[in-house]
Amino acid sequence: MSCSAAIGPPQWLAKPDFQAVIDALVAAGHRVVGPRVAAGAIVLDDVACVADLPAGWLDDQDGGSYRLRRDEAAGCFDHVVGPHSLKNFLFPAREPVATFIRDGAGWREQPLVPDPAPLAVLGVRGCDLAALAIQDAVFLRADVADSTYRGRRAGLFIVAVNCRRAAATCFCHSMQCGPAAGPGFDLAVTEIDDRFAIEAGTTKGAALLAAVATRATLTPCTPADTAAVRDVPQALGRWMHSRQAMPGAAAPRSLDTTDIRDLLFGNLEHPHWAAIADRCLACGNCTLVCPTCFCHSVEDVPDLSGDRATLERRWASCFTLDHAHMHGGGPRPTTASRYRQWLTHKLAGWIDQFGTSGCTGCGRCITWCPVGIDLTAEVAAIRAADARP
Amino acid sequence: MTAIPPAPSRPRLAVFKFASCDGCQLQLLDAQGRLLEIADRFTIDHFLEASSRDLPGPYDVGLVEGSISTPADVARIHEIRGQCRFLVTIGACATAGGIQALRNWASAADYAAAVYARPEYVATLATSTPIAAHVPVDFELRGCPIDVGQLVELLTAVVVGRRPRVAPHCVCVECKARGTVCVAVARGIPCLGPVTQAGCGGLCPACDRECFGCFGPGPQPNLVSLTGFYERHGTPRDRLVRLLRSFTPWADDFRTESDRLEAADAAANAEPRP
Repeated sequence: MSCSAAIGPPQWLAKPDFQAVIDALVAAGHRVVGPRVAAGAIVLDDVACVADLPAGWLDDQDGGSYRLRRDEAAGCFDHVVGPHSLKNFLFPAREPVATFIRDGAGWREQPLVPDPAPLAVLGVRGCDLAALAIQDAVFLRADVADSTYRGRRAGLFIVAVNCRRAAATCFCHSMQCGPAAGPGFDLAVTEIDDRFAIEAGTTKGAALLAAVATRATLTPCTPADTAAVRDVPQALGRWMHSRQAMPGAAAPRSLDTTDIRDLLFGNLEHPHWAAIADRCLACGNCTLVCPTCFCHSVEDVPDLSGDRATLERRWASCFTLDHAHMHGGGPRPTTASRYRQWLTHKLAGWIDQFGTSGCTGCGRCITWCPVGIDLTAEVAAIRAADARP
Repeated sequence: MTAIPPAPSRPRLAVFKFASCDGCQLQLLDAQGRLLEIADRFTIDHFLEASSRDLPGPYDVGLVEGSISTPADVARIHEIRGQCRFLVTIGACATAGGIQALRNWASAADYAAAVYARPEYVATLATSTPIAAHVPVDFELRGCPIDVGQLVELLTAVVVGRRPRVAPHCVCVECKARGTVCVAVARGIPCLGPVTQAGCGGLCPACDRECFGCFGPGPQPNLVSLTGFYERHGTPRDRLVRLLRSFTPWADDFRTESDRLEAADAAANAEPRP
């Protein structure tokens, strides 16, 4: 994707002055969340100042492995995606969707407690912007929209980042979701030396940039500067396509998506599904860290008195035995059938259902799989022994 | 499954103890406001840890803590089963034999001789086994200790007359739901979360340590794959054996896997060195 979503040319902002962006977001009433170091990873959490950002930290990622390491040269956003994504905030793991109190012979519905403040998220990548568009397609359908998601989504402010580094688990270039931040951001930043190039993608973003200009100095980029800014993610994309390892950087993964829907649907009985099941724990981690997986259940949570009942929406996973449970049991009793369900839905059925792949190439499912199962390798193995007539 | 008939309006509750540390009973006593809710909905007629009020059975619901480790236990659990319409085992001891099931790999007589001045006064079985190895059990609540939320859910289900709802997944789902960074992936600490039944809310990884499997094996646990991954990434087999043999060592899947690893380790050590 290109940065054609931008309104006007980027402007330079000194790194310490990024505080003005945070301050302007807070002044506009936002809760500001961004990347922070915690518990050995870079997670999404509340950010109050520029020093909260993980400057000087890099993440080495591989199948079943994530390690932070210090690198004094690393910028604020040279890490890539961590275990959290926008999903954790817009579609939280558990939330009440309705609460009822017994009222005489009937029930009275209690109003839901709204979020205290609209959310602003710093450091959103191209892959996660694409994931946001995919979740929007699920939760904001024209005929039926999810009201809590819609409320949070309407207030969301996104400060995107154009990546200049990829982990070994990244393959956004294969899914055409990065490394440049595509449409959907309000502001986007590109980190170059000790400055950010910052640009607006929406009128909301342009308004915030105007507020930033009252707090800090913004210097318009020259055409040559702009070309250099644009080349940051493009250079990374060229390297990702080349798949060459560099000193200090393992080659990223890639996924050949040619004909992938028919490839997978044409190989439903492929012996490789059973080979994956020998390794797969059916723990569900891949689905839970996936920024597009949207399955959930709604459970009735009564209290012991029987006078109050809450309907709670919870993340669900197609790897659990009770998923799609119906009379007589679940439809997919084996791990092989459940892994196949996940992968074929993500990469094939999704295309029929929503018109796009369900994968953005963020690589979280590879990193956070406790035994390092790698969907790019599994698809390649099926492709290498394509059993279609 | 057979539908559970609705309980009487204020069912009689009894709590029994076998070989255990009393921690699961303490969970119930520590339930604070929820204990009052329970006392509102049930008459608590036998709970010696809590009250000297002790009424004879039969009871509607019997909660059983602890494992069977003496001949007297065997006789008593049969008597209790006969007194309880609905028998629920609570905790790792009652559901899997507990930490004391480590004796099952050793000689109980040796332990008795090492611990007691007059071991001949101690009547003990050679093994520590779960309640379900002796009498039919209607429902098991896992954990060391049990989770109060799960206990309240179970009692609510009894009152309403529906099937209790327990998680059909492993601990990882709870870690991800609370946003905990995976200790296995991010720190390389061997963790049993992916093969352990959920119910604790992902407690230990949220406190920066691995899951030690106190809720016992989860549904369809793929232990061979997980231990194989940890082994290939540098965890010695004997450490994995110890990880599996902690609070629920006698649970089938954990026992089988720790035995397999131990045998593999013994075979490797028996090979002549080149």
